[in-house]
Amino acid sequence: MTHQAHDNSYVSYLDYKGKHSGIWAWLLSTDHKRIGLMYLTGIMLFFVAGMSLGFVMKTEMLSRGETLVDAQTYNALFTLHGVIMIFLVIIPGIPAAFGNFFLPIQIGAKDVSFPRLNLFSFWLYMAGGVVALSSLFLQGGPIDTGWTFYVPYSLRTNTNVSLALLAAFLLGFSSILTGLNFITTVHRLRAPGMGFFRMPLFIWALYSTAWIQVIATPVIGITIVLVIVERLFSIGIFDPALGGDPILFQHLFWIYSHPAVYIMILPAMGVVSEIIPTFAKRTIFGYKAIAFSSLAIAFIGYFVWAHHMFTSGMSDLARIIFSLFTFLVAIPSGVKVFNWVATLYKGSIEPRVPFLFVMMFIFLFSIGGLTGLVLGNLATNIHTHGTYFVVAHFHYVMFGGTVIILFGALHYWFPKMFGRMYNEKVATVSVILIFIGFNGLYFTMFILGYMGMPRRYWDYLPEYQLLHTISAIGAYILIAGILLMLHNLWKALRKGPKAVQNPWGGVTLEWTVPSPPPLENFDEIPIITHGPYEFPEAKGVK
Amino acid sequence: MEITHTHSKSHTGYGGYVLIWLILIGLTVLTVSVSGIDFGNATLPLALLIATIKSVLVINIFMHIKHEDKIFRLFIGVALLILIVAFVFTAFDVFFR
Repeated sequence: MTHQAHDNSYVSYLDYKGKHSGIWAWLLSTDHKRIGLMYLTGIMLFFVAGMSLGFVMKTEMLSRGETLVDAQTYNALFTLHGVIMIFLVIIPGIPAAFGNFFLPIQIGAKDVSFPRLNLFSFWLYMAGGVVALSSLFLQGGPIDTGWTFYVPYSLRTNTNVSLALLAAFLLGFSSILTGLNFITTVHRLRAPGMGFFRMPLFIWALYSTAWIQVIATPVIGITIVLVIVERLFSIGIFDPALGGDPILFQHLFWIYSHPAVYIMILPAMGVVSEIIPTFAKRTIFGYKAIAFSSLAIAFIGYFVWAHHMFTSGMSDLARIIFSLFTFLVAIPSGVKVFNWVATLYKGSIEPRVPFLFVMMFIFLFSIGGLTGLVLGNLATNIHTHGTYFVVAHFHYVMFGGTVIILFGALHYWFPKMFGRMYNEKVATVSVILIFIGFNGLYFTMFILGYMGMPRRYWDYLPEYQLLHTISAIGAYILIAGILLMLHNLWKALRKGPKAVQNPWGGVTLEWTVPSPPPLENFDEIPIITHGPYEFPEAKGVK
Repeated sequence: MEITHTHSKSHTGYGGYVLIWLILIGLTVLTVSVSGIDFGNATLPLALLIATIKSVLVINIFMHIKHEDKIFRLFIGVALLILIVAFVFTAFDVFFR
């Protein structure tokens, strides 16, 4: 691999002066790094908004009866929390922010294949965000259906369902276009010598994800259109009162939304596959197995959607088939986890901040994955369906999986993106707080759910009081940890010491360019001569 | 960058496009006409058959996939496979409920 010397004379993408100036130099930029950074800003702002809603919800549940908000407001809160966190944070999260920033650099390209389409995707994302948030304030009021928009209630409620659906439609379009861009970029713009099996595993994960984005997202687009049409013209597609089939909506919704779970988690798994070799100073164990397991997860992910519907009244045959496939998808996930752990074996492990996030991920995601088996099993699903057990499982997988790695990726690539370093001690304290708070908040929910506490309820029986209190305290610790982390990064952004080109000793291409990278990443397109994780330390050559 | 158009020679002519368009309109009329007739269990497969013929024509002729590299056909094939999975797996519920 070609290594470029750190050159002080270059102009970084942050300082580059183009056709436009001021804020327009960002908002109209087609540079993949600036677009990635704009996504990151949007995603973090929406995350804080979603977290604030979560804070209000947990405070409401601190005691029985009305503590802070009334029941209808609580319905709106959990719906908005879900819509914001799913559609505006987790789905775009890693691919749109870090994928945009690092995909071209990691494959040795100057930009993505369609830079203008990339900017258009970003604007669609922002438009979707604005429409989603405007549904809060316009006549009709915030939606109260839950983020799944289940019919027939979503057809009958007078809240702003159509507007929220329109937002999801726009965000879906943004997602499709990003996926299309990534697939084309991976196929067309890899540097000379970079065959598919010399690509970093983050790229494999983004590539697999992009396929899901392109193939699965149109299904939700059509479904959304059908619901809006049904709301406006009462056609009778889903409404049982008009001869429609409400379970059909659930099928269509989950045909997209289950693969979407893999849109959320696969890029995170890709980041893990980057961070582990860097901090273990070893090449990844089972490169091809991890690469193909990404494709396998993306593929098998299409066969499991109805495990969300075991109690909906669908046929027994379908339930058995979907339960079986749900167990099968655990295999490629297991392949990844075992390969990561095997990479660590006999590695020279440096437990620095990004690595701590990855360890937290493996711990939390494993709990999330294993409790998924309880839900995937037909018999135990009946007991736990619609309870806090589901909420806990979902947050262990999506928050403990994707968002924790979003934070990990932020800490891993922060010095590269901004050319500045954060305080590692403060970051470590925030990691510890997040870990303690997270488990306090969500592990209690497993127990609550097992005891029968239904999700989405505003009030509860006295026997659940203690666990709800522990859960709320966990939430406060978690939020404190996140705010500390954000404060630390914000401080580093403004006054942090200058970061060196390669602070972690990584060997993928992004560590061969200066921090922050120049406008078109490389002076000369590198020529790739070996795989992505060949550490000189591992060969005994310093 | 030099862009080569190696496939342009084999593209369908205007007459061909008009013919395909007329066939598509004819098939749409057919879809609407037969929707009022009760074919029992054959209703759904019949509608899907007509839709499939129309898709094949659009994909091959209007989207030029017929003249493209194998990799594009593979991509379309994967998407099609997933679509079939969605139909078949939904049928496990609808027809056995």
